[in-house]
Amino acid sequence: MALGTTLGRVAAVKPEGARRPLVTRAALKGLALRIVPPLVVLAVFLLLWEVLCQRPGAGLPPPSRVVTEAWDIIAHPFYDNGGTDKGLFWHISASLQRVALGFTLAVIAGVMLGTLVGQSEWAMRGLDPIFQVLRTIPPLAWLPLSLAAFRDGQPSAIFVIFITSIWPIIINTAVGIRNIPQDYRNVAAVLRLNAFEFFAKVMLPSAAPYIFTGLRIGVGLSWLAIVAAEMLIGGVGIGFFIWDAWNSSHISEIIVALVYVGVIGFVLDRLVAGLGHLVTRGTATA
Amino acid sequence: MTHLSLEQVGISFTRAGRTTEVLRDVDLKIDKGEFVSLIGHSGCGKSTVLNIVAGLLKASTGGVLLDGKEVNSPGPERAVVFQNHSLLPWLTVRENVALAVDKVLRSKKSRAERREWIEHNLALVNMTHAAEKRPHEISGGMKQRVGIARALAMEPKVLLMDEPFGALDALTRAHLQDQLMEIHLRLKNTVIMITHDVDEAVLLSDRIVMMTNGPSATIGEVLSVPLARPRKRLELVEDPTYTHARAEVLEFLYARHAKPAIAA
Repeated sequence: MALGTTLGRVAAVKPEGARRPLVTRAALKGLALRIVPPLVVLAVFLLLWEVLCQRPGAGLPPPSRVVTEAWDIIAHPFYDNGGTDKGLFWHISASLQRVALGFTLAVIAGVMLGTLVGQSEWAMRGLDPIFQVLRTIPPLAWLPLSLAAFRDGQPSAIFVIFITSIWPIIINTAVGIRNIPQDYRNVAAVLRLNAFEFFAKVMLPSAAPYIFTGLRIGVGLSWLAIVAAEMLIGGVGIGFFIWDAWNSSHISEIIVALVYVGVIGFVLDRLVAGLGHLVTRGTATA
Repeated sequence: MTHLSLEQVGISFTRAGRTTEVLRDVDLKIDKGEFVSLIGHSGCGKSTVLNIVAGLLKASTGGVLLDGKEVNSPGPERAVVFQNHSLLPWLTVRENVALAVDKVLRSKKSRAERREWIEHNLALVNMTHAAEKRPHEISGGMKQRVGIARALAMEPKVLLMDEPFGALDALTRAHLQDQLMEIHLRLKNTVIMITHDVDEAVLLSDRIVMMTNGPSATIGEVLSVPLARPRKRLELVEDPTYTHARAEVLEFLYARHAKPAIAA
């Protein structure tokens, strides 16, 4: 669409002179430079996969067979036959809802704890060593414990997301708070900002680039953890979908689901990065 | 009557078990509307004096009185223009001034009056045209002007300026000095300014406070500059009072209290 209009303008402007089309061509070239190499690599990869998996005795189906075998779930993401027999859209949306809930809780708690650790020397000495140990615990190791505590799959999965994504948020927020220039603190002191005003008007905006780095890492980890957690807890969700497909030997469906998981993880990352760019007005690295 | 007085102010810092006395027995009385400069070699504790008056540092001995009341914490009645402007980079020029006005004058002025006051102060430093810009989009001189507007907008009793023009080129600096003189003439603020520029000190000040070298720095000499206002920089170049004052300060800084580190 955008390409079409650009080409249209090139055609319309051409009679007037050669200057403007040149600029458009440079822009097109830039766009092509970004899009063509990944497309070429993808094509080569698919071709290689097709050739290797065409041979008799290959363990995985070639891409052509993936498309024909899994065409049902590719073409009908919205079907709903009740229970866990739903289209991919419903599975992914269930997973995203868990991530949204767990991640939101992690953001709130993480930013508050990070602020505490960044602001108070005593809190840092007390909490930092504990955080450093806890953050190395693999997400799934928390699952049995949370199942025991909550006695239900849904809150357990949300807790796993929460506990997975909170550490990078805490640590990055704390670094951001500690790096607030003394000048800003002096300005706040002269204005006699109270604790809440200082938090909202100076600390948060000043630490925002750091906080968003933490959020990006956190959202990536959440998405990693949810697929694994759902495999174990069952119910509707992309993790369960993959596990179910494996149990029914639908390898093609697994491959389609993995493509979706990858693309959505990428979109989540870009979304948080874009939000950070917007909020910090370009000072965060996107 | 004395407006602001520093009484036997001294301060020591302890680091790694070693205590260094930075200031000792700093005694100074400043009248309302007076423009006082603090001059001295770098490291002599000029900024420390200013930070104690601002309340950002606590004196170890002695204290500061403003209108007879002791100063022991920072506050908007002693507004500071920081050396590196210290504007908040995520706010526009107008929002930076508004942050101060809305906080400090919330109970004194209505919302509409505050809006008007913000615009008034931006106009005072000729920054109305760039009110929507962010600090990184404007020049160093403009940032410092916004810093001055923010400080003046707090309606301070005393304006504290920490080498406000130190980081600027000579032409911009001269321009801002002229603007500052004009503002001072109009508003009659009490100002304490730190500088290491002799011409700046003589041109702007009613009195120049010259500091000895640290450690244990104190006031070496106080020089009155009895030049009539408004002062015009071009006319003063050959004025005997001006040249005499300038010579006095230079003599103090480079003959009697030359910095040993520089001589070495």
